[in-house]
Amino acid sequence: MYQYDAYDHRLVRERVAQFRGQVVRRLKGDLTEEEFRPLRLMNGLYLQLHAYMLRVAVPYGTLSSEQLRMLARIARKYDKGYGHFTTRQNIQYNWLNLEDVPDLLADLASVEMHAIQTSGNCIRNVTADQYAGVSADEIEDPRIYAEIIRQWSTLHPEFSFLPRKFKIAVTGAPKDRAAVRVHDIGLQMRRNEKGEAGFEVLVGGGLGRTPIIAKTIRPFLPKRDLLSYLEAILRVYNQLGRRDNLHKARIKILVQSVGAERFTEMVEAEWQHLRDGALELPAETIAHIRAFFAAPAYETLEAKVPAFEAKRFEDRVFSEWCRTNLAPHKVPGYAIVNISLKATGEAPGDASAEQMETVADLAERHSFGELRVTHAQNLVLPHVKLADVFAVWQALAAAGLASANIGLITDTITCPGLDYCNLANARSIPVAQQISERFEALERQHDIGDLKIKISGCINACGHHHVGHIGLLGVDKKGEEFYQITLGGDAEEKASIGDIVGPAFAREKAVDAVETIVETYLARRQNGERFLDTYRRLGLAPFKEQLYDAR
Amino acid sequence: MTLVSREGIQEDPWVFVADDAALPEGGAVVITLERWQRDGNALLARSGRLGICLRSDEMAEALAEALGHFDLVALEFPQFKDGRPYSSARILRERYGYTGELRAVGDVLRDQLFFMLRCGFDSFELPDRANVKEWMQAFEEIGVVYQPASDGRRPVPGLRR
Repeated sequence: MYQYDAYDHRLVRERVAQFRGQVVRRLKGDLTEEEFRPLRLMNGLYLQLHAYMLRVAVPYGTLSSEQLRMLARIARKYDKGYGHFTTRQNIQYNWLNLEDVPDLLADLASVEMHAIQTSGNCIRNVTADQYAGVSADEIEDPRIYAEIIRQWSTLHPEFSFLPRKFKIAVTGAPKDRAAVRVHDIGLQMRRNEKGEAGFEVLVGGGLGRTPIIAKTIRPFLPKRDLLSYLEAILRVYNQLGRRDNLHKARIKILVQSVGAERFTEMVEAEWQHLRDGALELPAETIAHIRAFFAAPAYETLEAKVPAFEAKRFEDRVFSEWCRTNLAPHKVPGYAIVNISLKATGEAPGDASAEQMETVADLAERHSFGELRVTHAQNLVLPHVKLADVFAVWQALAAAGLASANIGLITDTITCPGLDYCNLANARSIPVAQQISERFEALERQHDIGDLKIKISGCINACGHHHVGHIGLLGVDKKGEEFYQITLGGDAEEKASIGDIVGPAFAREKAVDAVETIVETYLARRQNGERFLDTYRRLGLAPFKEQLYDAR
Repeated sequence: MTLVSREGIQEDPWVFVADDAALPEGGAVVITLERWQRDGNALLARSGRLGICLRSDEMAEALAEALGHFDLVALEFPQFKDGRPYSSARILRERYGYTGELRAVGDVLRDQLFFMLRCGFDSFELPDRANVKEWMQAFEEIGVVYQPASDGRRPVPGLRR
């Protein structure tokens, strides 16, 4: 894991002191709320329906046990004893007092964490594949480059007042687990014909009210040019992105309006001024950061572990959990353990302080003190010996963390919705809870198979509904909550935006509609097709028919 | 309005001349890009020094050829959240090698001063309500920088090597 040196420590310390001063000035009235707003936002602090909400960055989704324990302590000390993991691998606290926030940030700084640029019209927390460093299919660990980008973007003097927020995601593997195609910039590691590693650069993806899949503007960018090229993209956007209309201010609208080809030309022209300059990444800088992400001291183990196999055979509940929640690790004898934060009837992505501590302890004992946060709002123990998996599962089960539903219909992505958020039109959490109850039976979930439901409480699409296999969007109709349903979205390599199925459903009908869609799929699927495959083959018609005509 | 540099409060010898106002014979005047494009020759025939003020939607590239005529470039922030002048400032300093005075005008607030300084601004028009001594602490609050900009500070990755 990356470890702060004296410079990094100094920066977060000074940043806390600076924010403390800003809070004092705000409380004294020297700063108006309008002036304070961008300052607090650049420190991740929102004013929501009931209280201040703080979004803490978990850079590229990697945490240490010590850091997670601090997040638990913060949940107890300043909040109501829980936190909410988000789709951008961050954690949010929902019930804070403004006066406490500087102390909270100081606590975070003590474990090398911060909330810098988790909000505001600046470069946000950089996200990455949650299986970085442990999946066999990756070219390089994307966290090396995510950390380099984190540092470059931190308090960037030119790009702190962009037209709108700016999100970057990096993946090191061909399988896209970081949703790079729905980010302002997506970086996908590739090899060129010489076998050198570099990046495919995708720009202008995004969700919100205008969902767009990113366009490739450069098929291969050498690693040494990463920062100068990013700076060129950001400069073109800073100069030309629209500032007259909040809803048209994201880079995707700029790329769309000038066309990807013209946009590419502008970036390349700007890059000619910047390349081979002070931003060039020397091999030793990359090596310096890479050393932090070196593999832990794995043992040499057999790939097959008889005791583990025996437990899988004996214990059906354990076996079912293994089926969904384990992923193959690149080192023989180890597994990646996914921890679902989607227990039946709970708010998706929420974890109590006690649960965080349980996971922190398990990571310390069984995963080299390291864990991950996923964009699907779950946690991961990245390096667990197969021989330890049963014990880990038992401990998770005792903490209410052994839901065996990773990738299944109840593993929803859900925004906070109207329960917390002042932008929302409708609630999201109760719909997710209802889905988790309706489809609770595991046998049925397995029968349905890979099906991603994503729920947003408003058009800002924090719940990524556009790229859900089934997406639900909360809308307000004369004070009543309705849900518009989209089908066929996908956030992975073959990214696509879902199609609206028809008129929205009233709150009490929404989950019935989901069930109708699922039943239609089950009746129509051929030879083990996933829901998405069936949808791509058949299109909207049969689903529409069952949802609207058959009534 | 109070003019400051990093050293403190400064006298302001410059006079802004509106597009429809007559040009004074001598003295240091600041004009708009539009006036420069219209009256360039007349402006160059004067004895006094010339400065130019760009709106945030006017690109630094518009000055590429003419920059040598100006001892002051003022970049206007119509609102503090309009970040375009940061890019213009860096382009003037880093691409065109402009070494004259680069002034931040308009909605210049305390908490943007650090970013402005890093992008190459060296004078700042602060509003009358500013507590100048307190606001100038903004230049010193953050002692660590991670990226090269126009202020010549060495970024952290270079320091580590």
